[in-house]
Amino acid sequence: MDYIRAFIVGGTICLIGQILMDKTSFTPARILVSFVTAGVILGAIGIYDPIVEYGKAGATVPLPGFGYALAKGAIKDVKEMGIIGAFTGGIKATAAGIAAAIFFGYLMAIIFNPRAKS
Amino acid sequence: MEKKMEEKLKKDFEKIVHKKNPTSKFVKDCVMAFVVGGLICDIGQFFMNTFLSLGIPKEDVSYYNAAVMVFLGAFLTGLGVYDDIGKHAGAGSIVPITGFSNSIVSPAMEFKREGYVFGVGAKMFVIAGPVLVYGISSSVIVGIIYYFLK
Amino acid sequence: MAEKKLGLQTVKLKNPPSIISTSSIVGPKESEGPLREYFDIKLEDDLFGEKSWEKAESKMVREAVRNAIEKAKLKPQDIDYYFGGDLLNQIISSSFAARELQIPFFGLYGACSTMTESLSLGAMNIDGGYSDYVVAATSSHFCSAERQFRFPLEHGNQRPPTSQWTVTGSGAAVLAKKGNGPYITYVTTGRVMDFGIKDANNMGAAMAPAAADTILRHFKDTGFDAKDYDLIITGDLGKVGRDLTVDLVFKNGYDISSNFTDCGVEIFDLENQDVHAGGSGCGCSAVVFCGYLYNQLLNKNLKKVLLISTGALLSPTSTMQGESIPGIAHGVTIERMG
Repeated sequence: MDYIRAFIVGGTICLIGQILMDKTSFTPARILVSFVTAGVILGAIGIYDPIVEYGKAGATVPLPGFGYALAKGAIKDVKEMGIIGAFTGGIKATAAGIAAAIFFGYLMAIIFNPRAKS
Repeated sequence: MEKKMEEKLKKDFEKIVHKKNPTSKFVKDCVMAFVVGGLICDIGQFFMNTFLSLGIPKEDVSYYNAAVMVFLGAFLTGLGVYDDIGKHAGAGSIVPITGFSNSIVSPAMEFKREGYVFGVGAKMFVIAGPVLVYGISSSVIVGIIYYFLK
Repeated sequence: MAEKKLGLQTVKLKNPPSIISTSSIVGPKESEGPLREYFDIKLEDDLFGEKSWEKAESKMVREAVRNAIEKAKLKPQDIDYYFGGDLLNQIISSSFAARELQIPFFGLYGACSTMTESLSLGAMNIDGGYSDYVVAATSSHFCSAERQFRFPLEHGNQRPPTSQWTVTGSGAAVLAKKGNGPYITYVTTGRVMDFGIKDANNMGAAMAPAAADTILRHFKDTGFDAKDYDLIITGDLGKVGRDLTVDLVFKNGYDISSNFTDCGVEIFDLENQDVHAGGSGCGCSAVVFCGYLYNQLLNKNLKKVLLISTGALLSPTSTMQGESIPGIAHGVTIERMG
């Protein structure tokens, strides 16, 4: 059941991205930016919680899930530490993903070379 | 072109081009994005369930999951597979966090020839940098608003 | 009016220079295309044994020029001038090749119109009596263009159907004061035209007005018509731009549809090679001319050709600042006499 729900929720989020790409002049970078920001906003006003509840990885793996984690983290730290939490919470909650991307990015760049497309 | 004709064509050109543009394989694109995006999320779900069954606390599972999915995206990029997936899947492989990873690894690899500091180090964020800038900034704003509304 | 000038934008060469040899080098994908048998050197490796795409592209230019000079049974020191350019920042492929070749060098930037720009200037230079031999050359490389203008190679982006595939290849032609032809007889220099296209994934549409304008100007200046030519061929408009050009020319009173095509459409198999609207890049018209067309002219399958290389004069900066894409197109008439 988890897998069907994740598939449908994740697939739908990607489908929205594809429609934006084909029907507007949205570049991939713009899609990433708007999806993360949308995730932050939806997370902050509580709309994304039920989606995560229902879709699990289908909601957390796509980039709005990254934005959702940022917003949740900021709110959590504000609750615990006051105003400074707004600055610590977001990155804390997403640190694993960001650090992994930087570290593995560097590692892959050392090991592999880009290849021509065919 | 005569001046008058040139001005007329220039005015109508957008319409003329629009008529001539090939119809994008819109339906096929959408199906591929949905299926591949869904599958990537299922892979995420599989790792999530695995970590939970290994007894990792629920609130930490998302950290493990993010790291593993990012690694997967990075590794497939290194192997030269991710761009082939992306060619067919479009947003289906851009929107998941593996796509975020791909957008960091691909410029890092590409600009290695410009050196490890200004090449790999600096160019790593040409595509993904804005995601962090806008994501983190808006989360800070959310935190501040929450502080005053609480 | 200037002695050799014809109409507004055309020059009639009094002593038409002869194209005495050409050379073409292409990458692996082009070697699988429909014109593969006409290319001199077919690379199996996009890196050409070098460490970077830029070095590989520069080596392609160097080898194409050397090979063309050798085929003409000349030495680099016999060549009076080298006219050339490419797409890379500060035209490094060409100037780095010129560093090795040590031929007096005029560096040109006309984006993908560089093949006919260099042929035009080289031909006028010889006709003017300033030289006996010149070489005209240009190049492009899929990988170096991609990283400069678009995305890193391994980035998982999706190309829209109007996008084109940059040709990996370099072409060089040696022009001489005397020779058995084919000859460059007319040169029509294009104006920069901009009909407001902003989509960098639709270069064919951005360049079509320039191509149409140069064709029309050429007809008006020379009095020629489509039927005076065996073939009218543009540089890298692709399928979208080719159809638009036929359309624009038709709206101005000329029908070129029966003997008109585009190098970008011919160099790849559009159905099976996943290149979307076709080939592009300086190398596109360069290798199609130096490979296929030159061969057809020598074998008398073609007698008179109007070659119009087309260029999109954008930069990554101008695109990001939201500027529209100006286009340019230069035409040269190449014909066999008798």
